Amino acid sequence: MAITPVENQTPTFTAAVVGAAGALAGLFVGTAQGSGLLGVVIGGVLLAIVGYVAPSLTERQKPVRWAILVGFIVAGLIIGGVPAAVVGVLFGLFFGWFAFWIASSRYRAHLAPYLTPKQVLWHYTFRVICGSIFFFLIAPIVVVMPLSFNAQDFFTFTPEMLRLDPEGYSFKHYRDFFSNSEWQASLWNSVRIAPVATLLSVGFGTLAAIGLSQPHVPARRAIMAILISPMIVPLIISAAGMYFFYSRLGLQGSYWGVVLAHAALGIPFVIITVTATLVGFDRSLTRAAANMGADPVTTFFRVQMPLILPGVISGALFAFITSFDEVVVVLFVGSAGQKTLPWQMFLGLREQISPTILAVATILVVISIALLTTVELLRRRSERLRGMSPG
Amino acid sequence: MKVMKTLAATTALTVSAGAVSAQDMSNELVLVSWGGAYQDSQQKAYVEPYLAMNPGLTVTWDSSSAEAVAKLRAMEEAGNVTWDLVDAVASDSMRLCDEGLAEELNHDEMLAAAPDGTSASDDFGDLLVSDCFVPQIVYSTTFGYRNDMVGDTAPTSVCDIFDTTKYPGKRSLQKRPIDNVEWALYCDGVAKDELYDVLGSDGGMERALAKLDTIKDDVVWWTAGAETPQLLADGEVVFGSTFNGRLFSAIAEQNQPIGMLWDMQSFDLDGWILPAGLPADRRARALDFLKFATDTQRLADQAAYISYGPARASSAPLVGKHAELGIDMAPHMPTDPANAGNIHVYDYEWWADNRDDLNAKFEAWLAK
Repeated sequence: MAITPVENQTPTFTAAVVGAAGALAGLFVGTAQGSGLLGVVIGGVLLAIVGYVAPSLTERQKPVRWAILVGFIVAGLIIGGVPAAVVGVLFGLFFGWFAFWIASSRYRAHLAPYLTPKQVLWHYTFRVICGSIFFFLIAPIVVVMPLSFNAQDFFTFTPEMLRLDPEGYSFKHYRDFFSNSEWQASLWNSVRIAPVATLLSVGFGTLAAIGLSQPHVPARRAIMAILISPMIVPLIISAAGMYFFYSRLGLQGSYWGVVLAHAALGIPFVIITVTATLVGFDRSLTRAAANMGADPVTTFFRVQMPLILPGVISGALFAFITSFDEVVVVLFVGSAGQKTLPWQMFLGLREQISPTILAVATILVVISIALLTTVELLRRRSERLRGMSPG
Repeated sequence: MKVMKTLAATTALTVSAGAVSAQDMSNELVLVSWGGAYQDSQQKAYVEPYLAMNPGLTVTWDSSSAEAVAKLRAMEEAGNVTWDLVDAVASDSMRLCDEGLAEELNHDEMLAAAPDGTSASDDFGDLLVSDCFVPQIVYSTTFGYRNDMVGDTAPTSVCDIFDTTKYPGKRSLQKRPIDNVEWALYCDGVAKDELYDVLGSDGGMERALAKLDTIKDDVVWWTAGAETPQLLADGEVVFGSTFNGRLFSAIAEQNQPIGMLWDMQSFDLDGWILPAGLPADRRARALDFLKFATDTQRLADQAAYISYGPARASSAPLVGKHAELGIDMAPHMPTDPANAGNIHVYDYEWWADNRDDLNAKFEAWLAK
C-alpha cells in the first residue's frame, strides 16, 4: 500500500510531537484533577521520553505498546479508580499506537512522495479539525444517553454511575415516560398532530410550487415571498399573530388550530424543496402526456409526481420534523388539551429538570436515526431499481 | 354531640353538592398549576378523589402558572378564556383581582366550612389576602446548603450567605429583587420590622444592592424552582435559595447531602383564582371542584405529598405522614415552630406598589 518509502524519525522529532500530544492530554487530565499546568508539564515530559526512545524500538513494538498501556491503566487507577482506568485504557491504546506511528514515519506512507512537510501537517490538521467539529456536534447528543439511565432525579453523573456500578443505573425514567399519563398524552398529541400537519403542508406546498413554477403566473416572486415568510419571520411573531387571529375564529385551543398553524410552518419547506426539483423537470414531458390523451390530473400523478417525488418526500420530512419539534407556536395556539411532546419537555425542563426528558430525548434520537436510515435505504433501493430498468 | 353535628353537616353538604351536579356542570375542567412535584401533590390529594366522585369528568392540567398573569390578559383580550381554575401566588392573584381578570369570591358561601363549623373565612383567617384568592398552601423561600461543602460549622444564619470568607464558593439566588433585598438589608444591620421603611427610603434599594454587590461574583441566578436542587446535587453551589418543598424532595426523597437553613425563611402563599367571565356550566364545575379541593381534609391530605403547610388552621392537626416514605411531615413544614423561629413575612402591598420600580433597578444592577 505504501506509496512513499518510510524510515525511522529522529528521536528529537518524535519526542517533540508525542510530547506535545501528551501535554494536550495532560491539560485535560490535569484540569480534571485541579491543576492544568501541572498536567501539561507531567504529560508533556513523560510522553516526550516515550517519543524519544520509540524510534530505536520500532522493531519491537508489541511489548513496548503493552508497557505503555499498562502504565496508563496503573496511572488511571491511582488517580481515580476504575473509571479513570477505563480512560487510561483509551489513552494507553492511543499513545502506544501514536508514538510508533510517528516514530516509524508510517503517517507518511500513503501520502504522495512529493508533499512538503507543511502539506503533510495540513493534511492531518484538516482531519483533526473535521473530527473536532464532528465531536462538538455529536457529544451533546451522546452525553444525554447515559444520563437518561440515571438512578437519581438529577442531571448528574453520580459517583455510582462513574464507578460503573449497576446500582447507579436504572430504567425508571423510561418507565416514567411510558407510565406517566402527562407524557403519554403529549406523545399521543404529537403523533396525532404532526402527520396531519405534514399531509396538509405537502398538499398545499406541492400545488403552490407547481403553480408558481408556471411562467405565466403574475407576481410570482411576491407570492413566493409571502408563502415563504413563516420561515423568515421570527417564530414568536407568527405565534402571537396566529394566537389573536385564531382566537377570533374560535380555532385557538383546538386540534385543528394547531394542525393548521403547523401546516403553515411546514409549507415553506415543501415549496422550497419541490421548486428545486421542478427546476430539473422537463416541461415537454407534460405536453407529450397531453398529446397522448392524458388529462392534467393523470399527467400530474403519472408523469410529474414520480419525477418530483424526491423533493416532495424531503419536504415532507422537514414539515414533519418542524411540527414534531415545534414548541413556540403550540404554546400560543394550543391549549392544555393539545400539549405536544416538545411542550411537555419544555415544561419539564423549566419546572422539574427531570431526567425523564433525557429518556424521551434518547428515544427521539433513536427514532430519528431509524427514520433517516429507512429513508436512505429506500432511496438507494429506488436508485438501484431505476438503474436496472431500461432507459 | 359534636360528632353528630359534623356528621349532619357533612351529609347536608353531600346532599347539596349532589343536587347542583349533573346537567348544569361542564364535564371538562382545565386546571392551571406549576407542574412538578407540586402539581402531583394536587393531583393525588384532590383531583383523583374528585374524579372518583365524578366519573364522567375529564381534568386537563396546564402547567402555565408561571405565565398566568400574561396569559390571562391575552386570553381576556382575545375573548377566549380556556382556563377554569388557576393556581397563582398571592401577589399574582392580587394583580389579577385588581385588573378584573379574576372573579371576586364570597368565601363563606362558596367554600366548605371547617369540620367544627368554623366559617371558611375564619378558618383561612389572615391568609385571605385578596377577595379573589383561595389559599391552599403556605410555602417559604429558604436556603439549602451542601453538608459536605460547609466545613465543620453548618450555617445557622441567613447572613452566612453573605460571608464568602467563612463559606467560599457559589450560591444560587432567585433572579428577582423580592426576598434578596430584604435579606441583604437584614444582614446589613437593619432591624426586621424596619426593612420596608429602609427599602422605601432614599438610597434604601442602593444600600441593599451594595450589600448584594459583595457576593455578586459568587451568585448563580435562578429562575425555575428546580434549578437550585440541581445545582446543589451537582455540588456547583454551596448554598441556594429555593422553595422549601423542592429542598425537602431533594433531601428526603432523593437522599442528597443537603441541609436546611430555615433562618429568615420568607413566607408566601399559593392558591386558586377563578378567571372572570366563565360560561355558567364551566363556572359551576370550577366552583364545585374548588369547594371540594380546599376543604379541611383535602388540604391536610396534600401535605402527605409535599412539605407545604396547609392554609386552613383546621387542617394543621390532620397533617400526617409522607405518603410513600412514611416519615412525619410536621417537622418539615415551614410553619413548624422549630423552623419558624426567625421568619420573614413578605409585605405584599408594599411590593405591589413598588415592584416595577425596584425590578427595573435590580435589572440595571444585574446588567452592570
